[in-house]
Amino acid sequence: MTAILQYAVQGLAAGSFYALAALGLAVIFGVLGVVNFAHGAFYMLGAVTAAVLLDTLGLTLWWSLLAVPVLMFAFGVVVERLLVQWLLRLDPLYNLLLTFGLTLVLVELVKQRYGVSGLPYRLPAGLQGRVDLAGVVLPRYQLFVLLFSVLICALVWLVMTRSRIGMIVRAATEKPDLARALGINVGRWVTPVFGFGVALAGLAGALAAPFRAITADMGSNFAIILFAVVVIGGLGSIVGAVVAGFLVGLVEAFGQAYAPTFAQILIFVLMALVILVRPAGLFGRQEATA
Amino acid sequence: MTVITEAPADAPAPARTPALRWILPAAGLTAALALPWLVYPPVALDIVALALFAIALDLLLGYTGLLSFGHAAFWGSSAYVTGLIATHYGVPFPLAVLGGAVFAMILALPIGYVSVRRSGIYFAMVTLAFAQMVYFIGYQWSDLTGGENGLQGVPRSFFGIEPVETNSFYFYYAALPILLCGMAAAWRIVHSPFGRVLVSIRDNTPRARALGYDVDRYKTIAFVLSAGLTGLAGGVFAISHGFVALTELHWTTSGDVVLMTVLGGIGTLWGGIVGAFLTVMLADQLASSGFHGIDLITGSVFILVVLLFRRGVWGTVRHQWQRRGSARRP
Repeated sequence: MTAILQYAVQGLAAGSFYALAALGLAVIFGVLGVVNFAHGAFYMLGAVTAAVLLDTLGLTLWWSLLAVPVLMFAFGVVVERLLVQWLLRLDPLYNLLLTFGLTLVLVELVKQRYGVSGLPYRLPAGLQGRVDLAGVVLPRYQLFVLLFSVLICALVWLVMTRSRIGMIVRAATEKPDLARALGINVGRWVTPVFGFGVALAGLAGALAAPFRAITADMGSNFAIILFAVVVIGGLGSIVGAVVAGFLVGLVEAFGQAYAPTFAQILIFVLMALVILVRPAGLFGRQEATA
Repeated sequence: MTVITEAPADAPAPARTPALRWILPAAGLTAALALPWLVYPPVALDIVALALFAIALDLLLGYTGLLSFGHAAFWGSSAYVTGLIATHYGVPFPLAVLGGAVFAMILALPIGYVSVRRSGIYFAMVTLAFAQMVYFIGYQWSDLTGGENGLQGVPRSFFGIEPVETNSFYFYYAALPILLCGMAAAWRIVHSPFGRVLVSIRDNTPRARALGYDVDRYKTIAFVLSAGLTGLAGGVFAISHGFVALTELHWTTSGDVVLMTVLGGIGTLWGGIVGAFLTVMLADQLASSGFHGIDLITGSVFILVVLLFRRGVWGTVRHQWQRRGSARRP
């Protein structure tokens, strides 16, 4: 029982990274219609930035959780203005290819600058060690990651459903033409939304920094699993991205515990099953025919 | 779903006279025969093998409107199977390559069956995910595949004919017919009634469906055929190198071949050859000049081509040619 709880928390913590990043991916896809291949690279940049901030300025994780999303937001805005915006009117496949190229460049640049071995990262004292919850001993940091990302997802959900900005973004996501006809300047929201999605990927990376090896390649496999996550959840769906993120984290953790050889493969089997049974994803609406 | 090609692929070329119909393949064949004299023979074979890989991808991307981001699965698995057959049974290499291609097609059947249920951007993501699954299987099953060490010492057996087995210059000419057959098959598929149906699915799926074509079935068949041609190329590549690395299954391989196809020109077939030639020569030049970080160049080329040069090299040439042709006509 204890073991199962530990795996569950471990899985939910790992799922937190997927959920946060997939949320960013889903929002970007919703408003821009862009599948951002570079999302894994942005996640990696978030982790590397956190490590560099700690190393050079001595900023601990607490500050990084604030600074990294801000920096990544700015970076995302630059990427959108410089590159992504030129292809928004064309087939979304072009932006997939563009962001694929961007991924290669970013990963290679980090590799050249920081090498291929992992960067070190130290947790602040308050998050180290383990906590004893009614006889179940759990790593403190995993619990923190879980609570923190649930908090962020809840905040995003609140903003999306309760605020005017959220309403505009949702309207722009679901019926851009109608939103335009009602006098909303959809184009104005494109850049901030891209930055926001990138910031979420960066935040996931910063959270993952103490938890994973910080290397230039850490985002590659992450991005592909992220794709599986959004296919499972339904690409247009914000709730779907979060739920599927946690679900995939759980599958991964329990897979690693009971069938380590098949842990990674299980995720893709799950994806295949979802496509066969519900092609639009668990929470997705049926995609427009062809 | 809109279509990724800008110029209508394989449009009835107004200026293509019967003479040109033969000049182009003849020039291509001459170039293929002359290639090992001009560049280092193993590099020449890489070019032709990757050209077939790019053409096989173009069959899906340019003529069916499906961007597969997971073709490394078929390239790599065929390379492994070819290598294993050659190692364990010592058969002449064309047989081993054929075995690899058949395996790639068998693998493509379930993957294609599931993937064609989604189109456009989803198809790209789903094929990428499946290819990653195949990558992990190759990685985990190290008893068979050698894991991270790869499959080493793949023999190059060819009916005991010594020069072909030991000299990569002669081996090139032994392997070339297999790859040329693959390219001819691709040309045949595109210009068959079946190929016309694929183009109609690409251009207007609901209409093709309304005309009574089983769209998913056509797409699955195209996917399997494309995987088979990819498998031919991957198998020859494995025999040529005498070694199969895990990289062949990696997602960067899928991306590289997409780059070759886009660089050459989507929906042109010839573009795949041009793209493969440019990419391999560039990589070769960079490697010999001691430059590390080829991905920096590859990624930048990707970005530039997609931003500024979406027709690709061959697509641009053909576009100009057709414009001139149609301007000359009354």
